[in-house]
Amino acid sequence: MSYDWEGLVQEDRVHRALYTDPAIFNAEMTKIFGGTWVYIAHESEIPNVNDYVTRKLGLRPVIVLRDSNNILRVLYNRCTHRGTTLCRHEKGNARAFQCPYHGWNFLNSGKLRGVPWADGYSADIKDEKFNLAQAPRVESYRGFIFATLNLEAPGLLNWLGPMTKPIDEWLDRNPGGKIVVCEANRFKYKGNWKLAYDNSSDGYHVIYSHRSLLEMESRLSDEANKGMAYYKNSPDSLAMYVQYMGNGHHFKDKRPNLQARPGGLWAIESTHPGKEYAEAEFRRKYGERADSLLDLAGSEPVNINIFPNLSLLGNHIQVFQPISVNETDAVWYGTRIEDVNGDIGDALGTINALRMRTQEGFPNFGEVDDLANFEQIQVGLQCEEDEWIYMNRGHGIPDRVKTNADGTITAPATDEVFMREYIKEWKRLMKGPTPLSIKREP
Amino acid sequence: MSVGAQDPSVSSFYVNDSFYGDLIARFQDWDHDRNGICDPVERDAFRLLLEREARFLDQHKYDDWLAMLTRECVYWAPARPGGGDPRTEIAVMFDDRRRLEDRVFRLRSEFAWSQAPASRTVRMISNVEVFEYGEKDRRMLRSNFIINEFWDNEIRQLVGWCGYDMQNIDGRWLIRAKQINLINCDRCIRNPSIIL
Ligand code: FES
Ligand SMILES: [Fe+2]
Repeated sequence: MSYDWEGLVQEDRVHRALYTDPAIFNAEMTKIFGGTWVYIAHESEIPNVNDYVTRKLGLRPVIVLRDSNNILRVLYNRCTHRGTTLCRHEKGNARAFQCPYHGWNFLNSGKLRGVPWADGYSADIKDEKFNLAQAPRVESYRGFIFATLNLEAPGLLNWLGPMTKPIDEWLDRNPGGKIVVCEANRFKYKGNWKLAYDNSSDGYHVIYSHRSLLEMESRLSDEANKGMAYYKNSPDSLAMYVQYMGNGHHFKDKRPNLQARPGGLWAIESTHPGKEYAEAEFRRKYGERADSLLDLAGSEPVNINIFPNLSLLGNHIQVFQPISVNETDAVWYGTRIEDVNGDIGDALGTINALRMRTQEGFPNFGEVDDLANFEQIQVGLQCEEDEWIYMNRGHGIPDRVKTNADGTITAPATDEVFMREYIKEWKRLMKGPTPLSIKREP
Repeated sequence: MSVGAQDPSVSSFYVNDSFYGDLIARFQDWDHDRNGICDPVERDAFRLLLEREARFLDQHKYDDWLAMLTRECVYWAPARPGGGDPRTEIAVMFDDRRRLEDRVFRLRSEFAWSQAPASRTVRMISNVEVFEYGEKDRRMLRSNFIINEFWDNEIRQLVGWCGYDMQNIDGRWLIRAKQINLINCDRCIRNPSIIL
């Protein structure tokens, strides 16, 4: 495939083909969703030895598991005999996977354990070529499991680079720095996967795309400080900002808008089931501790976007799963906390219940409108002759966009600088040679 | 009670620990033959009630629909088959009275892009069963549904079954809790933005 990548990705705009061309999509599934680190699951989904979940690495069906020796693996969910998927369940616990077609049996290390009537083979079925393929590199950063097929990619820690700081802060506000994934709001939209990644730090769309949500949130009170209301008036003059972090990652930090005090986070939380009960009960029972306990149920106002498919926002772990050039799944995994240090005690149940209800709000009343807009971009892009999509907000204005000493780039909250920068990383990966490999147990 | 700080349309005091406890206990293990009510008159009355509910939603008569629920109601679509525990798991939807009224307010705003233009729906309700469960002013209902939804030039079906916790208040049966069990509740769903 030869494309004029420099022509398709320009300084302030990209060509519609990035979103509509099936050949580009197919190349992305190799070069992006194979050639760079891709988020694949959270360790809390497979806490015990032999636990597994089935996922996709790009379009490749995989089984993400903790094997019998407690090693994290991303096995191709593909029988080495004739190619059928081995495991058809979403999750479970299994020491071995027996193929439903002819019964080949694989250990969860990927090694072939046995086949029916082995004497019918002249080939050595102990040959490693019959062991399951698996991602050659699987690494976890504080519970977030990533995989890549690229042996030349930097180590996960280097690749995350300055992103580890917001990730650490996102985790460390929870007891023991720990969260547990607990079901999800799951969406499908008829649009390219990058439409969601483009949107993930977009502060410009909030007051329009989410107007129904903003009006809903202020229908019972005029309090200007709820939910996303700080986007209503001159958001660029506020302390919040967007930061490009390198390697395609970016970060929207709205925390500087908060009051820096216990309860500051809770103060911006919009209404949800059980809110007033919990506030009254916690103040009665826990006095001064009430505010910091309530903060544990509040949504952290950050968007930590890790290229190409992960976004930590509020308390959610959002994952983008490409299906085809014009279809994507977007899964908003919820998170709950555990009383790791034993200092939450009997408040834990109420905190987690509130935390579920706060997390259901945005997907139900906000995300659905963004998804409708993504779908309609995909429709609009069928206008072949109108070729360009602009990402030029904040471009070319002196002193608006600042490059920091560590190479990160900071700009006002509604700027599209993060799109202009991440798409350069996309272009680098799409242009480059893609040395992908799999491994098999010896 | 519908004024001041305790009005469930305005503030949410009733969604407390014991509310969750009762809800989960009630939806755990109820649809047994031994609790079934065979009286055709009673069954027909509930069938008509569910058909009216479906019509109100098809016609976007949300105020009429909201009036079919108790003041302290819950509308719950679990995100996994079997229901799970809404205290520790995300649900597709879990609305109290105020959040339901939020939902209606949003749909009525001109700016709910996921419903602009609004879906047209035709709901089919069937397999209605009535169960005696607990006090004599309470019933549990089970019904199957197909929501035919026309949106973005396509007709699709949302399919599942509902469990209802009904309470008789002053001679009228009202919905205390509606549990909507989509058969694909644990998979990705396109534009889940209508009231189910
Ligand atoms: S395809 Fe798996 S054993 Fe034949
Ligand atoms: Fe948005």
